[in-house]
This record gives sequence, structure tokens and C-alpha cells, in this order.
Amino acid sequence: MPIKVEITVNGAPTSAEVEPSTLLVHYLREYLGLTGTHVGCDTTQCGACVVHADGRSIKSCTALAAQMNGAKITTIEGLAATHPDAEGLHPLQAAFRDCHGLQCGFCTPGMIMSGSALLLENADPTDHEIRDWLEGNICRCTGYHNIVRAVKAAAAAMRQSQDAPRPQEAAA
Amino acid sequence: MHAFEYIKPNTVWEAVDLLDADEDARPLAGGMTLLPTLKQRLAQPTQLVDLAGLEDLQIISEGPSSLTIGAMKRHVQVARSPSINAFLPVIAHLAEGIGDPHVRNRGTIGGSISNSDPAADYPAAVLGLGATVITNRREIEGEDFFTGLFSTALEQGEIVMAIRFPLPERAAYIKFPNPASRYAAVGVFVARVKGEARVAVTGAGPCAFRLPQMEEALDRSFAVEAIQDIEISQEGLNADPSATPEYRAHLIGIMARRAVEAAAR
Repeated sequence: MPIKVEITVNGAPTSAEVEPSTLLVHYLREYLGLTGTHVGCDTTQCGACVVHADGRSIKSCTALAAQMNGAKITTIEGLAATHPDAEGLHPLQAAFRDCHGLQCGFCTPGMIMSGSALLLENADPTDHEIRDWLEGNICRCTGYHNIVRAVKAAAAAMRQSQDAPRPQEAAA
Repeated sequence: MHAFEYIKPNTVWEAVDLLDADEDARPLAGGMTLLPTLKQRLAQPTQLVDLAGLEDLQIISEGPSSLTIGAMKRHVQVARSPSINAFLPVIAHLAEGIGDPHVRNRGTIGGSISNSDPAADYPAAVLGLGATVITNRREIEGEDFFTGLFSTALEQGEIVMAIRFPLPERAAYIKFPNPASRYAAVGVFVARVKGEARVAVTGAGPCAFRLPQMEEALDRSFAVEAIQDIEISQEGLNADPSATPEYRAHLIGIMARRAVEAAAR
């Protein structure tokens, strides 16, 4: 029997009648059209489907939409708005571009959602901490080295932007 | 997935009533094993009873010689709890090593032990510390809890409320992760609790088990030398593409020695 779920996605309230077996990732992709979140392995291993739920990274292929009733979800489409740089990108998105952190791009949404979750709790991670954290994200192009560089670069950029006076403050 | 109903009760008795009334209903904790199982159609429950709304399963409480962790505590909460880090750091460390960060943000201690996956980490801690499993009906000694592959002493309508761990004099858990899944190919938990040595193994057999032979040796002397010549039998150990029974028997010896070394520090 379908049940009603109400989930805040990227700051906006959403709701739908879904089958209880509907996965969060299918809710995002099929009900909301947010296809940036990918289904890779569908077995909780590859991490292409990582989103943030109430500030913590989770694998959206292994959560029911029903379990997320009332939760606040951030997907790759909404990440930049949480921390926009001058170009309107999240610093980690900009760093992936600058460091050539993606090749085919399939794992990238999950990598960025995973890496940004790390940066929420660790502003200055070491290479080891980044690699350890990304254990749950697989890149079949094996582009890990530049992904780690991108996370480091984004961490540095975010620390710097925190230290620097905000543009309007500087102008005043 | 086959179709099922989803219900999220607010009290333990509501949850238990639902589970009691329908033998094909299943409790849902973090879902890190149950949801993949459903996707593969290896289980066909009529209803999932989500335990995430039950406040009673969220406690962490310190006793004079024990620490009790609520069944719905997620691995990330256990890994970062100040009281667990202070009084039972071995459990915080074990929780920090489960799966990956995203799995740790969802998976729970109660779900892990109720599932009795042969490669889960927590069962080794339950046996290795001699913990007590507290359900809505009774207290079950760790020894009696795991009864086989994916099976436990839990009855229909019985859910794990909390796990009470005695505080050990010393303890360590070391695992050899499967190179792909990162589940324990072999994990060994060693401890000295109330003056007695305990050794528990996960990943190697149908469910977690103790190694009395090593415990006796460690009772005489809690040191690597005491156990390094003990032969581990490969009989009954798991065979899968990541490790043969012979290799697992070998790994038990190595992991046990590393764990004793870490615990003796």
C-alpha cells in the first residue's frame, strides 16, 4: 500500500505517495527528476549514490524513502548552494575541475558528496584521512590520486575563504 | 524487492505487538544488511517495523563495571561517544572500522548482532567481552545468543534493546578485511575480563565463536609467546573466494597474536 513521504530536498519541501519499497535514490531520480545522484552497484559498495541526510553522508541506494520521511536531504544538485564560491560552485566541485578529479564522471557525484561530508567535520584532512574516508567510494577509472588532491585543494580553499573577510565586509 | 508494508512505531510495545502478531514481519534497524537482502529477494517480509523511532533503544549508560549501549546506536555514534571512548575504547575502535563512513552513519549495533552475519565485527566483541544482550523479554548471555549462520536465540516478537558490556582490564580487536567487501575475513577479539582471558573469532566460521585453547594459554600468561605455537584447526571454517579454511585458520593465529600484542600495550 503506498505511503506518503515528506522529505526536504536541497532546501525545498517535497512529498509523494510511494510504495514502501521505494529506495531514496529512486525517489530522488524518478519522482523529483534529480538524476545527478547515480545508481552504480546497487549493493552499498560503490558510493555513486551518496547524498547527505541531516548533515551525514549515506548511500541512497540502501535507504528507503519511507525511512527518510521528515529528513533533510542534500544532493549533488543542491550542494553548491550550501557553500557557493564566486562562480556558484561548491569549492569541492571547483577543485575537481582544477585538479582533473574526474575522468568518465560516473562516480563524481558520490565522490563529491562523500568528500564534502568529510570537509564538514574535518577542515584540514591529511591524505591518509581522505583515502580512509573515501573507502566507500569506487572510481572505475581509478582516478583516485587526483580525487584526493581535489579534496585537499578544496579544504585549503574553504579554510582560506573562512579566514578572509567576506567581499561585502571588505568593501565596507 | 517484493512488496511489503512499512510501519514506524513510537514505542517498544507497539513494535513488539506488530512483530508478535505477524511471523513474517521483520524489524528494521539501520538496514545495511536487511535492505540488500530484500533487493536480492532472499527474504520476503510482509511488513518492516522500523525501530528508528524508539527512544528506549538510544541509550548509552555507564555502570560501575559495565557500559550499556542501546541497540539503535549507529556505528558512528558508538565510534564518537565520549563515554565509550573513555571506558570502552576497544568498542569505539571496532565501530570506527566497520564498512565505510556512509555505512557507519546508518548501521546499528543491535542490527549487527541480531543479524549474526558470519563476518560482522560486533559479534566478536559480544563473545570476547562476555556481554549480555538485553531484549524486551529477558537477558541473554553472549555465549547463548549466536546460534549459527544468520541465526540467534531471539524469538518471534523479541527485539534487542541494548547490549551490556563488562569493562575489561585490557582488550583489543584486530581484523583482516576481505579485500573487496571489507567485511572481516577473520577478526579476533581478545580481552582479560574479571581476571579471565577471552578470545573470540568472527569471519571464520558460521557465526562468531570462542577459542578455549587460546584462553587457557592466555590465562597462564597474557603474552604473544603463550599462544604462538597453538595450532588452529581448519575444520568447519568458511570457504569462499577470498579465503580457504586453511588460510582462515592461519589468519586466526596471526590476528590473535596481533590482538594480544595490542591488548598488552
